[in-house]
Amino acid sequence: MSDHLQPPGIPPHQAGGSRPGTDALVVLDKVNKHFGALHVLQDIDLTIARGEVVVVIGPSGSGKSTLCRTINRLETTDSGSITIDGRPLPQEGKELARLRADVGMVFQSFNLFAHKTVLENVTLGQVKVRKKGREEAESTARTLLDRVGVGAQADKYPAQLSGGQQQRVAIARALAMEPKLMLFDEPTSALDPEMINEVLEVMQQLARDGMTMVVVTHEMGFARSAANRVVFMADGRIVEEAQPEQFFSDPRSDRAKDFLSKILHH
Amino acid sequence: MNVLSDNFAMFREGFIGTVELTALSALLALVLGTLVAGFRVSPVPALRVFGTAWVTLLRNTPLVLLFLAVTLGLPALGLKGWDSFWLAVLALGCYTSAFICEAVRSGINAVPVGQAEAARSIGMTFRQTLTQIVLPQASRTAIPPVGSLLIALAKNTAIASGFNVVELGSVQKTLNAAAGYDIYVIFLWIALCYIIITFTISGLFRLLENRLAVAR
Ligand SMILES: Nc1ncnc2c1ncn2[C@@H]1O[C@H](COP(=O)(O)OP(=O)(O)OP(=O)(O)O)[C@@H](O)[C@H]1O
Ligand SMILES: [Mg+2]
Repeated sequence: MSDHLQPPGIPPHQAGGSRPGTDALVVLDKVNKHFGALHVLQDIDLTIARGEVVVVIGPSGSGKSTLCRTINRLETTDSGSITIDGRPLPQEGKELARLRADVGMVFQSFNLFAHKTVLENVTLGQVKVRKKGREEAESTARTLLDRVGVGAQADKYPAQLSGGQQQRVAIARALAMEPKLMLFDEPTSALDPEMINEVLEVMQQLARDGMTMVVVTHEMGFARSAANRVVFMADGRIVEEAQPEQFFSDPRSDRAKDFLSKILHH
Repeated sequence: MNVLSDNFAMFREGFIGTVELTALSALLALVLGTLVAGFRVSPVPALRVFGTAWVTLLRNTPLVLLFLAVTLGLPALGLKGWDSFWLAVLALGCYTSAFICEAVRSGINAVPVGQAEAARSIGMTFRQTLTQIVLPQASRTAIPPVGSLLIALAKNTAIASGFNVVELGSVQKTLNAAAGYDIYVIFLWIALCYIIITFTISGLFRLLENRLAVAR
């Protein structure tokens, strides 16, 4: 896994570096969202720099998934603004589709296309969205599948793979679009313990290669080793932001102390 | 005297008429039904309203009334030069499309939402998501009910006999009117013709179902 995970042709933003740049890639400004009466996102301000890895952590129902999904507009917002690479998120339509192609998303439940082979899963977007030729798309796909360690499974269907393999294919599928940013919503929490590491390793490599990442996860090992920043959410608000080391050893807010004491005592 | 051998040419013409009417109406119904199902799940409100109206109107109109509306109403509104066969295809196709639409839609609803979300998240448009990801998976659920609907369509074609179309139903009426044949025997032969058609349809759909079952 020494090879970097960036698709060929796209240089890493920060080759080998772990220090993020200073220019903002994603800016959320006073974002609010309701599900009926429930105020799931409350005045969320969050800026993510190019090359930065942000881990979002917090109790169940605090709005982490919703936050992640608003960034590529799988969820709409009620107020506030979201800009990606200087451009506000478009409304529905072709514009939005184009923007989504630049934002990779990895789901808790993998969501590989069930009726397509692994190879087809990774080529489909390149051909239909990026309008690449089939041969070029397939060679990119095979390179990416090799890099995430599932090259040998290219002709199988998703259902024939283990969870860890499926999730790595899902990461390859997102990377094939050459995204500027990757969103991960609890990518390892549907996995058996022995498969968690193989996925985390791929993500760690991706972080080292300078990919901008927003990762919802409770894997503290990953947060400690790969994250530049931890964002702690509770009840629809960002309660605390800190460096991982500082957050885990000495959280400022009582809410975070309480939460950490619960997950650390397991 | 044997009603079948005496009138074989007429039987053959009726049989072919029913087959053609069924096949062309089925084609129209499948295309329209799938399209309208797409409308019903589209993000564009106007298309959704149109889809709902289409289904509500056509599904709740008795087929005979629809035939009357099409064969009398459309020419009166200035649609000249369509012969009764094509008007019958139009009536049967539109009518059946409303039911096909709902079968396809139930298939769409059976596809996990994560599939469409994943497709959207790699930048696929609504149309691409529907045609590349959702519909192919929806077909597994939709195919058995669609098969039943096409069998119902084959039998519904008999209504066209009342509107100057030559098919099995009109053969039966002509022969019943001709003296000298046992109407039960006529009925038996006609029924046999329908059975051949409907069994062919269910055979085709069983084949399709099996092929989709192995393809994953
Ligand atoms: N589509 C929806 N409709 C209504 N309520 C929703 C919907 N999606 C989420 N919610 C509610 O919004 C709140 C925040 O949900 P969200 O999934 O963002 O939480 P989370 O922090 O990701 O939690 P978890 O750790 O359990 O994944 C929860 O109370 C949830 O029940
Ligand atoms: Mg969640």
